[in-house]
Amino acid sequence: MSPQDDKREILSVSDLTRNIRFILEENFSNVWVEGEISNFKFHTSGHMYFALKDETAQIQCVMFRSENQRLSFEPTDGVKALCFGRVSVYPVRGQYQLYVERIEPKGVGVLQLRFEQLKAKLQKEGLFDETHKKEIPYLPNRIGIVTSIDGAALRDILHVIERRFQSAHLVIYPVQVQGEGAAESLAGAIEDFNVLRSVDVLIVGRGGGSIEDLWAFNEEIVARAIFNSTIPVISAVGHEVDFTIADFVADLRAPTPSAAAELVLPLREDLILRTSELKSRLTSSTLNLIKTLKQELKLLKESRGLKDPLGIFDIQFQRLDELKKNMSATFKSFLRLKKESFLSLLGKLEALGPIATLKRGFSVTLKLPEEKVITAFNRVRVGDKIKTKLSKGFLISEVREAHP
Amino acid sequence: MSQEIKEVPFEQALKKLETIVENLENGELSLDEALKQYEEGVRLADTCTKRLTEAEKRVEVLMKLDSGKFKTMSFEDEARSTKQESGKKKKTS
Repeated sequence: MSPQDDKREILSVSDLTRNIRFILEENFSNVWVEGEISNFKFHTSGHMYFALKDETAQIQCVMFRSENQRLSFEPTDGVKALCFGRVSVYPVRGQYQLYVERIEPKGVGVLQLRFEQLKAKLQKEGLFDETHKKEIPYLPNRIGIVTSIDGAALRDILHVIERRFQSAHLVIYPVQVQGEGAAESLAGAIEDFNVLRSVDVLIVGRGGGSIEDLWAFNEEIVARAIFNSTIPVISAVGHEVDFTIADFVADLRAPTPSAAAELVLPLREDLILRTSELKSRLTSSTLNLIKTLKQELKLLKESRGLKDPLGIFDIQFQRLDELKKNMSATFKSFLRLKKESFLSLLGKLEALGPIATLKRGFSVTLKLPEEKVITAFNRVRVGDKIKTKLSKGFLISEVREAHP
Repeated sequence: MSQEIKEVPFEQALKKLETIVENLENGELSLDEALKQYEEGVRLADTCTKRLTEAEKRVEVLMKLDSGKFKTMSFEDEARSTKQESGKKKKTS
């Protein structure tokens, strides 16, 4: 078939694309491809789009939501991965791509990657924030221990506690610390303690081991159980160098189970010593105080006020005398003033009174015998006897005539 | 197993005792107040001493039963029962 051929077979774009697709799908239906993830996009639709590349080539990849939900980690740019899937064509863009069904990270290791990703996620959520850290009680009444019943961790904890505080009260919750179901077992125990509320601090841990052995302590469910615990949690996982997610969320991280036991309980002997020291200081300071008060009392007894109690009255007496003197002087002048004003009033009164009037030549006439003042002519009859008062003495007369 | 923690935390008692001792050592209290504090101090010191000396060592194992209830047994009993499946039941709630 050459372009000059009259009997040309003409394909539509769709037909050609379909043919290419058949060829690709037939030959690349189950392939494993190794490459570096780049240009990773997690679309809001839930599908993942990225490219797998090596030094000289790249291939577009898509991983649908239904597939990527089972991923135990989130692919990120730069991660070397092994992808399994089929090659097909996206007809709309004429693009061939790998339809990925599984991804296995390579290099860093899948667990390490999951660890880093969960750590970043929980950190972002604030699960590691200092503000959420609860205070570990100084001397817990009861200590809950979540670990394997026959592990080295429990043995170490019991040993250290025996040494530090013989009379401790421990409640061990045996759990599975590794393998399938370990994370659920750990989280369940923490939750149960929070329901029972029978202890006031929790130690959650296990002895050292490989990253796989410690994995349960890196599971989100355990991290959340620790975070949600209202009882303070001390994490005690593995050897000093091993850091797990549980360590980041815990209220206190102990490098080893033995260290957790050291942190959770003070030395009993120290406390007994401290208490008895405080008690003796209590007594001696109270005795000192009483002694001081006694001394003050003695000083007071010897003071002038108590030795010469009447002395304080002297001043008062003097003051009283002064007041008395002042008072009589004031009273005298008051009397004089009153007398003067009385006399002046008397003078005024005299000037207005009848006696003064008589002195000026007027007289008063009274009817006899009742001596009633006569103010009008018709109060007397001819022949009545009348008395006329003068300034000096009086006259008795008889009425001869009475006129209006 | 439902004993909730009711006691005054040891540390709180010890801190209070320390404060009282300091107050008394400062010598600025009235006699009445000093005697009151002294009395409380003695009580606190006794509580602390009691807490430190009288408590018994107890190691218990908490088990969740299939019913969802909890059972505690002493650590020694548990160690025995894992061998013969018939450990003494100390407390059930």
